Amino acid sequence: MRRLVILGAGTAGTIAANKLRRLLTKDEWEITIVDQRGTHYYQPAFLFIPFGRYRPDKARRKAAPLIPDGVTRVEGAIDRVDPDARTVRLADGRELGYEYLIIATGTSPHPEETPGMADDWHGAVHSFYTFDDAVALRDALAGFSGGRLVVHITEMPIKCPVAPLEFTLLADDYFKRRGIRDKVDITFVTPLSGAFTKPVAAAAFGDMLDTRGIAVEADYMIESIDPEARTLNSYDEREVPYDLLVTVPLNKGAEYVGRSGLGDELDFVTVDHGTLRHPDHPEIFAVGDAAAVPTSKAGAVAHFELDIFPENFARIIEGKEPVDTFDGHATCFIESGAGKAMLIDFNYTTEPLPGKFPVPAVGPLPLLKESRFNHWGKLAFEPVYWSMLLPGRPLPLPAHMSMRGKRAPA
Amino acid sequence: MSTTMLAGREIHVDGEGFLTEYDEWDESLALELATQIGVEMTPEHWDVIRFLRSDFAQTGQTATTRRVQAVGGVPVKQQFALFPKKPGKKMSYIAGLPKPAGCV
Repeated sequence: MRRLVILGAGTAGTIAANKLRRLLTKDEWEITIVDQRGTHYYQPAFLFIPFGRYRPDKARRKAAPLIPDGVTRVEGAIDRVDPDARTVRLADGRELGYEYLIIATGTSPHPEETPGMADDWHGAVHSFYTFDDAVALRDALAGFSGGRLVVHITEMPIKCPVAPLEFTLLADDYFKRRGIRDKVDITFVTPLSGAFTKPVAAAAFGDMLDTRGIAVEADYMIESIDPEARTLNSYDEREVPYDLLVTVPLNKGAEYVGRSGLGDELDFVTVDHGTLRHPDHPEIFAVGDAAAVPTSKAGAVAHFELDIFPENFARIIEGKEPVDTFDGHATCFIESGAGKAMLIDFNYTTEPLPGKFPVPAVGPLPLLKESRFNHWGKLAFEPVYWSMLLPGRPLPLPAHMSMRGKRAPA
Repeated sequence: MSTTMLAGREIHVDGEGFLTEYDEWDESLALELATQIGVEMTPEHWDVIRFLRSDFAQTGQTATTRRVQAVGGVPVKQQFALFPKKPGKKMSYIAGLPKPAGCV
């Protein structure tokens, strides 16, 4: 038997298991997936849980039923990959041999990487990138009656890079609904040059924070947090005070990736951007957030990657070269509050542009524009995630980004 | 995209003056770009700029200040000293690379 091992049973790993099980014949290929958690989270919900708009227990399901028949699910922590011996060692000592390996163990937040950040965690310092963090923040927000709310990004890249901006816009809406917006100062702190960095999006939305009375602290490289004084401190000695801090800590890939010599300085797996194949180990691939590719870390990207990957994988296992290559395609909704959302569609080389999606000129979803349709689109996506996306059923969206229906700037 | 004249030749730049073509850059151009934003190039500056260029060729992305520290070996504090206030933006400007960006 030939052996394929998939590491990680989140969005990317689960789609990969479903699609590749259908592709590879059962009498020839054994597929094993290593699940480090046992639980599958609907992560888009993490944005809504803090505002009391989503029941937390709806956001998690047991992972096992999402893995198809014919795929062996192994639960356990991954200790290391030995790319020369082609084995994966688990923390409990078990060893799995592979002919091909797909790494899909994602990214996770690391507050301990910024001095002081972890010291007051779930006190005045919060986040919303894990289930527990989202729930703790819900309680903190409910008890917040006024003061300085600071939303902060530590360093790029981060999972779902628009989420901090969405959180800020939803917080503005949330405090308005509670009738205490005038008692809350909101500041958005980013290491980038502004809340919007792409020219066309910046032109379309540049004043969005300003008109909502949200201050922006740009080019902010955090050095430390003083949890007692409740201040962020930057390398260029700018102090930002907070009463409630919602931060996005440094995002890193899985530690075993670094231990196994397969990753970059943040433990993301080094891969060819088009084929997602490791440059030194042609039998190792990475999909989803785990891969060091210059596009967003987002479920939509995992989906588009895995639209293209199986066909290439079929060629590779026959000793042929991959033909089609991934273009970095991403499609993301951006909640902007008051029941509206924006939608962006882009890839490695094309920035988000205005237009209509998914059908050129028809839509119904407008790109790079606030609309109720986009908010409904985001809500409608949830059942699609469980019933279509994870099982790897075809969605009516092109794997490659299309310029049709988009208006490029003059 | 527009073009501008720099170091006696026509160069493709974006709306903020960042070079858009990796191969149009050379070190004489970098000197002019640095002068424009008030940076006087020293060997320490060149170390950072050369690291950014070779790193971009490998990764397709402009290195973050954190990566310049972790892989390039130049501490963030020193990056702030060399390229005051906005090291990420200034380093990429001089290196002829896209500024560090989000998705919107």
